[in-house]
Amino acid sequence: MRQIKCVISLVTFLLLSFDLFAAEGKLIGTAGLMQVEGSGGGGIVPWATLAGYDSQDQTSFSVATTQVDVDDYRLNVLAGAFSLYDRVELSIAHQRFDLKSLGGEIKQNVVGAKFKLYGDVVFSQLPQISLGIQHKKLEDGTIASALGAGSSSSGTDFYIAATKVHLGAIAGFNAVWNLTARATKANELGLLGFGGPVQQDYELMLEASFGILLSRHLAVGAEYRQKPDNLGLGEDDWMDFFISYIPSKNFNFTLAYANLGSIAGAPDQSGLYLSVNGQLW
Amino acid sequence: MFMATTLFISGCATQQQSLYEELGGAEKVNQIVENFVIQIETDPTILPYFEGSDIDRFVEKLSEQICALTGGGCVYSGDTMEHVHAGMNITEADFNRTVDLLIRAMDAADIPHRSQNKLLKVLAPTRKEMLYR
Repeated sequence: MRQIKCVISLVTFLLLSFDLFAAEGKLIGTAGLMQVEGSGGGGIVPWATLAGYDSQDQTSFSVATTQVDVDDYRLNVLAGAFSLYDRVELSIAHQRFDLKSLGGEIKQNVVGAKFKLYGDVVFSQLPQISLGIQHKKLEDGTIASALGAGSSSSGTDFYIAATKVHLGAIAGFNAVWNLTARATKANELGLLGFGGPVQQDYELMLEASFGILLSRHLAVGAEYRQKPDNLGLGEDDWMDFFISYIPSKNFNFTLAYANLGSIAGAPDQSGLYLSVNGQLW
Repeated sequence: MFMATTLFISGCATQQQSLYEELGGAEKVNQIVENFVIQIETDPTILPYFEGSDIDRFVEKLSEQICALTGGGCVYSGDTMEHVHAGMNITEADFNRTVDLLIRAMDAADIPHRSQNKLLKVLAPTRKEMLYR
């Protein structure tokens, strides 16, 4: 209920601020959305693109609310990101992970920064490349400790991402791909702590996204995110198939089928991912 | 995926046709450029860049350039992009706004989405000759 109210107030606010001051310096659809840790990207993977439509002369601020509802768990995310001069992104996200079957919840805050090293996702010949960091802090590490996590308080991920939009690439449709390499200790995004009995150190994980823009306002695609199994609970890689509706540069809705595999011993966690993203300026 | 595959195959089957023909030849390209001028004339941000320009010459040379770049057999006889845009100091935001105006011009000329993307692709490399000059 709280989530629904939040979505309604967010939507109202967005409609009121529609088109007033928004940065519009990129082509529609090329800013993507905000992923589950608050960084500009796809749904579960951070991309090299920044969260907003700012060009190198503009700034922007975007917000997003996301829910991933699978069999035994539900992840709720509220996120906001500044995108500055198409160069730097500063993001914050609050995650609430509901344990639907067991009862209770786990809360985590993620502060992120991203720096564009090279390129323009549409216009440079090589992909746009960015470096990013996500610092994650659990509000309560009780469950992480109980599962044997090496750290039940906080952890930091580092990533490098390459993203490219190819104009008219597939029978005239624009296509986008992204590859991300992430150094991480996080168990299930960090919600179950960092490191564990199987692996305490950083490991390098690969993440990928691919999409086709069927029109200026509709994109479909898939994502894959490799994950470590530090706790020895059989943590699986994540994947999703998404469809995004982008009515304007200020607003987009993304619906996905997400398959998150086994989470904390509960197998075959799949369900719907829904995200509403808005650019306030 | 099935649809994309089918379209891909049909795309290959018509590869002999130039993009110029796909767009609809001289008539359609001229219509796109005329619509583009209308978009520019009604855009308070972009119009100042065209102050003092000879609009007839702009229409003629841009149509010719599109024809040359899309396999229509024309030879571009206008000035270089660097020369034309020198001193304008076109910002990235305004350049991309102008791309949006071109897309609207193509929409108004009923150019299909996929053909629009192909035209944007052949025009994209000229961007670096226009920005911040």
